[in-house]
Amino acid sequence: MSQPDDSAILSRPRYGKLSPVEANFHVFVADDSGGNSILSLAQSVPKDFFNDAEIIYINTKPVDNKATLEGLEALGCPRLYTGPTIKAALPRINASLERMRMGTQVYLAGSESLLGLATMIAMQVGLDHQALQTEHQGSLARRVQCVHCKGITDNVTTQPANCDHCGLLLLVRDHYSRRVAAFQGVNINAEDPSDIPVKEEMFS
Amino acid sequence: MATSAKDLPFKQETYRNDFTFKNSPETVLRAPFPFDKDSYMYAVNMELHRDGRPGTAFEAPIDVDEHYVAEMQDRALVLDEDPLRYQSLPHMSLAGWDTLELLMTCKAETYPQWFSLTRNGDNWHWINRPMGIDQHFVFGDESTLPYGPLEYITRQAQGDFCVLDERDDNLWMDAGMITTQADWSLDFDIGMNFFEWHAPVPLAHEKGIFIRALKYLRTIQQGNPARRLNWTMTVNPRLDTSPENFHIWGPENTHITPENVADKLYLRIELQSFWRLPRSNALLFPIRCYFLSMRDLSTVPKWATRMHRVLQTLPPEIASYKGLDNYRQIAIDWLAQHDDGSPTTEGPFPD
Amino acid sequence: MSSNATLDVVVSDVVTVNSLIKRFHFVRPDGSPLPAFSGGAHIVIEMQDGDTIRRTPYSLMSSPLNTTDYQVSIRRDDEGRGGSLYMHQQVTKGMPMRIGYPANLFSLDKRAPKQLMFAGGIGITPFLAQIHQLLKTNGNFELHYSARNEKLGAYVSELKQLIGHRLHVYYDDQDQRIDFDNLLSTQPAGTHVYVCGPAPMIDHVLTRCKAHGWPKAHTHFEHFAKAPPGEPFTLELRASNKFIEVGENQSMLEAIEAAGVDAPYLCRGGACGHCETDVLECDGTLLHEDHWLEDDERTSSRKVMPCVSRFKGQRLVLDR
Repeated sequence: MSQPDDSAILSRPRYGKLSPVEANFHVFVADDSGGNSILSLAQSVPKDFFNDAEIIYINTKPVDNKATLEGLEALGCPRLYTGPTIKAALPRINASLERMRMGTQVYLAGSESLLGLATMIAMQVGLDHQALQTEHQGSLARRVQCVHCKGITDNVTTQPANCDHCGLLLLVRDHYSRRVAAFQGVNINAEDPSDIPVKEEMFS
Repeated sequence: MATSAKDLPFKQETYRNDFTFKNSPETVLRAPFPFDKDSYMYAVNMELHRDGRPGTAFEAPIDVDEHYVAEMQDRALVLDEDPLRYQSLPHMSLAGWDTLELLMTCKAETYPQWFSLTRNGDNWHWINRPMGIDQHFVFGDESTLPYGPLEYITRQAQGDFCVLDERDDNLWMDAGMITTQADWSLDFDIGMNFFEWHAPVPLAHEKGIFIRALKYLRTIQQGNPARRLNWTMTVNPRLDTSPENFHIWGPENTHITPENVADKLYLRIELQSFWRLPRSNALLFPIRCYFLSMRDLSTVPKWATRMHRVLQTLPPEIASYKGLDNYRQIAIDWLAQHDDGSPTTEGPFPD
Repeated sequence: MSSNATLDVVVSDVVTVNSLIKRFHFVRPDGSPLPAFSGGAHIVIEMQDGDTIRRTPYSLMSSPLNTTDYQVSIRRDDEGRGGSLYMHQQVTKGMPMRIGYPANLFSLDKRAPKQLMFAGGIGITPFLAQIHQLLKTNGNFELHYSARNEKLGAYVSELKQLIGHRLHVYYDDQDQRIDFDNLLSTQPAGTHVYVCGPAPMIDHVLTRCKAHGWPKAHTHFEHFAKAPPGEPFTLELRASNKFIEVGENQSMLEAIEAAGVDAPYLCRGGACGHCETDVLECDGTLLHEDHWLEDDERTSSRKVMPCVSRFKGQRLVLDR
């Protein structure tokens, strides 16, 4: 399977910019610099907007994010959760989305991995993915599913990349599945395993 | 002289390892050759799927040919290795029953010597003689079948089957049985919409092909199925050219030589049909695969000539996407002996 | 695709439901089951009304699990162009008729953990079929049904028997109103909302959904527009090289069909988009009545839905 250049293909998620909409309740999920997207939205909403809101903030770099976290705390949101990693926060994200009532607007901001995983959880609780607002901030490191062994490798920044599970050298495609929240990885040198392309930093 | 598929005995053959698959001359002639002119470009080449031309793969709404039993054995092997090739999202159960009903009734009506369906209310009795199956079950009750309805019936039907849910003005790939695919993964693509699962196809998006195709597909109504043809090429008659196993079959792409091209390289034709399913309002999208070796093609002079010209003029992006780069020129060189430069007659059928 | 598949049927029963509504039953001439269909589907009924063939969509209300007959309920519309009057006055038991295959523009989203349904008046009919389907699959749903008064509340007692406490009925003359704001604020994640009824009710529900932050993908409605009567006009069909008259009580689509020109259609109510036609020249005003075209397409006068829309002016040329 020789690969054409498939940049910006239609299965690649497109992200926008968070903007406040009418809703009964607002749930924000953000990591690291994604917190700034919430602060930026906060500048254009009435003072009591965050009375009916919840913020889930994943703070993997507490030193860098000090100002962002203080800004989020100052919004006066009755529920502000901070977690150390995306993985640690997943059960919390799930609990919040599962219990939400219709009429809740969900806003996601941050790394591509966070946007993907939170979208996956929202779909699992029955929300249509088109109902979510997303804004990308920070890392473009990819979650990649190996099409051969089905294992998922986190934080892939190179092209090609090795599968953490079966070890095959994978071409990281732009083809993306919301259901598994991952890009597709396909063995890059199947036709000639002795041909080993040089890895280049592509997604960071 | 055209021969009906009904007259042919079922072959014992393989689609892997020793690759004993072989078309009889009658089966070559009834193949749905995909080129109606001497060049190829993507198009929304849809037509109504009805009133089949005798002696062709279009004769029956759901075609059964001499490869039926061997193809079903190959499917069972694929599913033993990787059960994820069949999947159905929870909301697609009703569409599974729709599919079962459609395939059973079509087959029993077209091929009564092989299949029979007796209904008494919801109590159904299905006989599939070529596969030695005799099954009583309750329509709508999954516990009365050895598999879910979609898996059960597509283990007995040639070709891949996608089941598309329709909502939000789009079609969603929410269930399927995919073991004979031209290099795409159901496990990865399940849940995607029409544009997303076609995203890797080059050029066609820019030409607006998929927007028009989707518009057409959504107008398909009960009782009015449609069809189109697609194609690629495959080294060896391997049905299971999945991305999952690309690291296993990929090396074969480099094995074509001028000496073996005639018998080792195959035109892989997909007869795709589209059916509105009544109870679920879903769309059934069967993709039936036909293999013709370059030597098979050479038995029909018009087809060999046309194949030569199509490969010569194919845009490089499409050739790359279809994975032809390793052997395209070898095939062109071999086919050249069947092209004297004279014009071909219109349409896809043999002269 | 213009060649719509049709079914020959016989009217097996005509039942007066109340002072405005009659129910019609159709069977195959040989008594064999009709094709299966999905809840929310409609059929287009062909009516030979004198020299005119009318084709009007009606939602199937009978159970999709039992297709020995198809049933539709039709409310008499004394102001309309006559489709419902024809059905009420001319159609009798034993009459042969022709109908289209069922088609569904109001399908349930089967992923939903809960379906919330709002029906107004005769808009109850698609929900009846959907409810039979949901009962079979143990679906989670509730139905809020408003009618002018008890006498006009068709099928309330049948529904009570069928779904018990999942039915909530509201009568206008008893000042009972559906509390949309409360209902739309309390639904669990993933709920889908459906509305079928008079246009103002649909508009109201859609507006309240938006105000409460419901995503568009979770809101569904069905409303078949009716081609209103209007001033007759002349229409040029460029592709078929014909000039035709569109009568006062005729839609453009009906006039096109009467001239022997094959035109695509599905819902004939301005909802599905199948009959969308390019306008080549327009000296005058298109009177758009559909739910299909985007606002810019409407104002540009380059597209029209001939099943429901009309024209007022000097000259109209369509690409048909």
